[in-house]
Amino acid sequence: MKQKMLKNILSVVVLAALTIALGGCAGGKAGDGSSLDSGIVIGIPQDIEDSLDPHEAVAAGTKEVLFNMYEGLLKPDSEGNLNPALAGEYSISEDGKTYTFKLREGVLFHDGTAVTAGDVKYSIEKCADAGNGDALNLAAAFSNIKELNTPDDKTVEIVLKEKDTDFLSYMTVAVIPEANKEPRTDPIGTGPYKFVSRSPQESIVMEKFEQYWGEPAHIQNVTFKISPVDTAVMDLEGGSIDMYARISSAQAAQLGDNFNIEEGTMNLVQAMYLNHDCEYFRDKRVRQALCYGIDEQGILDLTSEGKGTVIGSSMFPAFGKYYMDELKDTYPRDVERAKELLAEAGYPDGFSFTVKVPSNYQPHIDTAQVLAEQLKEIGVTADIELIEWDSWLSDVYTDRNYEATVVGVDAASLTARALLERFDSEAGNNFINYKNAEYDAAFESAVNTTDDGEQTKFYKECEKILAEDAANVYIQDMASFVALNKRYAGYEFYPLYVQDVAKLYILE
Amino acid sequence: MKKKNWNLLIGGLLSGIMLLFIVVGFFYTPCSPEAMDNAAKFAGVSAKHLMGCDHFGRDIFSRILKGCGNTFIVAFGTVLIGTLCGIFLGAFTGYYGGVLDEILMRVNDAVFAFPSILLALVFVSLFGGGKYNIILALGIAFVPSFARIVRSEFIRCKNMDYVKSARLMGAGDLRIMFVHILPNVMPVLVSSVLIGFNNAVLAEAGMSYLGIGVQPPEASLGRMLSEAQSYLFSKPSMAFLPGLMIVLLVLGFSLMSEGLKRER
Repeated sequence: MKQKMLKNILSVVVLAALTIALGGCAGGKAGDGSSLDSGIVIGIPQDIEDSLDPHEAVAAGTKEVLFNMYEGLLKPDSEGNLNPALAGEYSISEDGKTYTFKLREGVLFHDGTAVTAGDVKYSIEKCADAGNGDALNLAAAFSNIKELNTPDDKTVEIVLKEKDTDFLSYMTVAVIPEANKEPRTDPIGTGPYKFVSRSPQESIVMEKFEQYWGEPAHIQNVTFKISPVDTAVMDLEGGSIDMYARISSAQAAQLGDNFNIEEGTMNLVQAMYLNHDCEYFRDKRVRQALCYGIDEQGILDLTSEGKGTVIGSSMFPAFGKYYMDELKDTYPRDVERAKELLAEAGYPDGFSFTVKVPSNYQPHIDTAQVLAEQLKEIGVTADIELIEWDSWLSDVYTDRNYEATVVGVDAASLTARALLERFDSEAGNNFINYKNAEYDAAFESAVNTTDDGEQTKFYKECEKILAEDAANVYIQDMASFVALNKRYAGYEFYPLYVQDVAKLYILE
Repeated sequence: MKKKNWNLLIGGLLSGIMLLFIVVGFFYTPCSPEAMDNAAKFAGVSAKHLMGCDHFGRDIFSRILKGCGNTFIVAFGTVLIGTLCGIFLGAFTGYYGGVLDEILMRVNDAVFAFPSILLALVFVSLFGGGKYNIILALGIAFVPSFARIVRSEFIRCKNMDYVKSARLMGAGDLRIMFVHILPNVMPVLVSSVLIGFNNAVLAEAGMSYLGIGVQPPEASLGRMLSEAQSYLFSKPSMAFLPGLMIVLLVLGFSLMSEGLKRER
């Protein structure tokens, strides 16, 4: 009996000692975390595996990090405007073919050397040469350049073969010093943050660039830490990261009081894309019936607590002047009308088709489930088939071997063309096999017009045709949630896939 | 007096209840297992929703009823394919032996060398997922273990006196194999079928959890678990209830197989 008691006491002592020891560890760590010098830790879902060279990086996840290190002659802002950056001012000739950029005075690279016209020329030529891999798909756009002159050290003059109203948006391409021979491992740019180190599969560290030409960053040190989406909530709650972009509404709901949830939009067009080569969807009446059959707001309510923006065509609100909000009402929910249309089309008892959904995107799976449930009411059966992302890319996107699919399509650049070009009959990435002469004509007029107002008008017409022709079952621009520790503020959403750390600041 | 076989009793009772549950699920669910209701999102326990509702406002009780059925169909189909193919392969190779035995058993070993889930994954990536493909995929993966058991039993039995006397009576090979030897193999086979069934339930849950088994919005226990993981903290019952069902289903059949071993 006595022995047993001794044992009990002993175990209590050991336990207590252990607790103190472990507590000591935790205390030390917390101390490190709260000191402001250590800077902010931002969770990113995957490693920067492609390249630190801005002209070779392809993954959106890489570009959003590199945005903080590199800049071009022009820089996009959170409103979607292109502002002068390295070029203090620029002018476009009357015929729209000659662009003259005057470099801003006193802009330094991270290594302390001044930016010269030669560096700009080198960077643009590096991208224009498709032999370099053409990761940014700019070679085609830059093949339009007839001459690239540098009359003096601070002036760059670009002469185009043909007028291109989208040309300025390509001038956001990063400018890097010609002298740097190792941009892949030793990146040098002009951005508000400069590169410090990278540990593969672990993190990328940057620090504030003191001689930055523009509004300086607020936070001294920034670490981008790799933290898979599945464990993001745990990493946030555990304190190992301070910020994580693009979490789901379910994840946001799990986070405690230490975090502010910023709500923005994903900037993509989520829709049930229909293969127009499939016998059902060749018939406009069937497509219209599907559009009448779904209730977009109902989908939002069930999948994301009603967060998100209902859209009616291939354009999202971040595009400002091109976006037409009224199109979302083209096909309100009307079960009777849908049934009539189906009967007219020869399917009085409905039909069934397969929706392929990428299995790694839960929001799309959720949307597809609600969609299928809603379509039951008009007598249409949508069988969901989950497929791997790789198979989606090869079977659906490349081989176009599908009936319908639920995904989100984004814009590669800040131009309406980036979203609308794919629906041209001849477009190589027209994965829905959309063929509409009226659309082709409108799109061609838009591309060939030099007047900005006219062009906007034609692009809007394109959107209208897509909406009225029920080209796809348009659903929403999904809500995007960013978790940010309450010690920080200043997060800004961009219409592009970037994280602007320079805007963040520490709350005292 | 013989000591009561508690294993068999409890196992049988548990399995009986589960089977009843499954049969009811086939014909009747209180709500449609796929009907969504925004107002009932994450609803708690009520008379209308005995186990509350999930993130789409679907009735969890109805989904469990239906889900148990789907899981059961997949597991049953898997074991059926595995057992039937296993009996044929095992019977012929065990009874005749020789070169055929050598070749088939080496192929068998090769298939056996892959973990069944991995094999099923390969199958699914080649032929696509879905309820019926998964039955075929898992079924094939389950053949080798049954074939081995049947084969070793056939080898043990083929030189026994009753087989010899049957042969003297002029019975044909097929008759000897399936009328004389097979019934004697049954006791061993039944307990391995029960264990196989358990493995199949777990395999289905695993495959559906990975998103390649039963396709949404259809319910299966694994599918429900997979959907519940985002809501583990906000609505734990969404994960707990289907998990409990898997445990009960597996426990019932395990206890039964334990009990049957004791009876022999």
